[in-house]
Amino acid sequence: MKYIDEYRNPRLAKATVEEIRRIQTQPWVIMEVCGGQTHSIVKHGIDRLLPEGIELVHGPGCPVCVTPLDMIDKAHSIAARPDVIFCSFGDMLRVPGSHGDLFTLQSQGADIRVVYSPLDCLKIATANPDKQVVFFAIGFETTAPANAMLVHRAAQEGVDNVSILVSHSLVPPALRFLLKAPENRVQGFLGPGHVCAVMGYREYEPVSARYKVPIVITGFEPLDIMQGVLMTVRQLEAGSAVVENQYSRVLNRDGNLPARKLVESLFEVVDRKWRGVGTIPESGYKLRSQYAAYDAEQLFSVQQIDTNESAICISGQILRGIKKPHDCPVFGTLCTPLTPLGATMVSAEGACAAYYAYGRHVDKQRDEAPAAVPAR
Amino acid sequence: MCLAIPGKVLEEFDRRGMRMAKVQFGGIVREASLDYTPEAKVGDYVLVHVGFAISTVDAEEAARTYQLLEEMDQLTELEAPVVDEISARKPQ
Repeated sequence: MKYIDEYRNPRLAKATVEEIRRIQTQPWVIMEVCGGQTHSIVKHGIDRLLPEGIELVHGPGCPVCVTPLDMIDKAHSIAARPDVIFCSFGDMLRVPGSHGDLFTLQSQGADIRVVYSPLDCLKIATANPDKQVVFFAIGFETTAPANAMLVHRAAQEGVDNVSILVSHSLVPPALRFLLKAPENRVQGFLGPGHVCAVMGYREYEPVSARYKVPIVITGFEPLDIMQGVLMTVRQLEAGSAVVENQYSRVLNRDGNLPARKLVESLFEVVDRKWRGVGTIPESGYKLRSQYAAYDAEQLFSVQQIDTNESAICISGQILRGIKKPHDCPVFGTLCTPLTPLGATMVSAEGACAAYYAYGRHVDKQRDEAPAAVPAR
Repeated sequence: MCLAIPGKVLEEFDRRGMRMAKVQFGGIVREASLDYTPEAKVGDYVLVHVGFAISTVDAEEAARTYQLLEEMDQLTELEAPVVDEISARKPQ
């Protein structure tokens, strides 16, 4: 496929690794922000191709992972109502809340539907005028324009039986939060290409300047990621800390202006809880008060539920780049994609789930097994 | 979750005032909204996320990025010993 195949060229990947090796003089820790990048890195083994001393740590950029448990419980309680058709992206259905996941609820008879696009909810709402259609509006800035358009169109077309349960997170406040922490190890970032396709990268410039870290906005194909690493290492070696754009075929400094305009007119910035991390100031969206009629949290009074996270799970430290899946005592044993204990295992884009999907739990078991007696 | 895939705009149409398109991804064709990419036209590649084109792929920028990688690869090859030079160094 055009714009995909050429960014998987092994010859150019090798040349890029060689160039990184040539310019690198000391170890560096670089975080890829986005879960899609983590997935690509582990899938293609990019972390293992890079020269020793270039360490990639995995960031918090997986919206499914960081959706807080109490929000999943709210979704559960709304979806269980007989007067509701609950719609969601497929990957949210498997995420366990305090009382099981949405798939289980669906099997017990709740009307829960997986949609490809938020706009599908308009069709469902029009076809089911006696039901309230609720969409689980999660995601980062990338997804906000699609969710905003659902509410905008519903208001325009006078569809009054559709609403959204909003759990939107924003990337730049999370980067600030990570960089402020005393235990931070990250020296440079691969910035989130698709978040910036919508938002542009002006917001990242003060972060880069304030904390003196290079941020290279990067795409998702193997060559994109390797070139992003090369650009970051070049800056680190030169002592520079600016925002650069590796993904220029897709985005510019201002992002998508029509999309930003609609998002800003519907949403306002609020503090938001991130699963495994805690509350990050001004890191989320909620619907503005004039759209309260489309806000499922206000339409359905949901009791505050006490939630319990696993005591063993280290996903909070993994999301902040302090630890890796292999550092967890139960990775691949007690905690697997079928029985996830925490944030980074619940979605395919979580670091733990990506490590598991590409067999790294097997490597871990092999490394930890007692050395085999050599055959005679 | 932030997965977005580049596809080719095959045709445009209107649906209740929304600018829609049929977009081809390899062997699959799906509908996407072009409301956020007013500049996109038939033949362009757009990046589609959950049913919305969020960006039009800039063919010139794509070529430029790729050119940089190609040049780096050629430089790496230039640094490697050339076969003729190796044989030239051999005693005749």
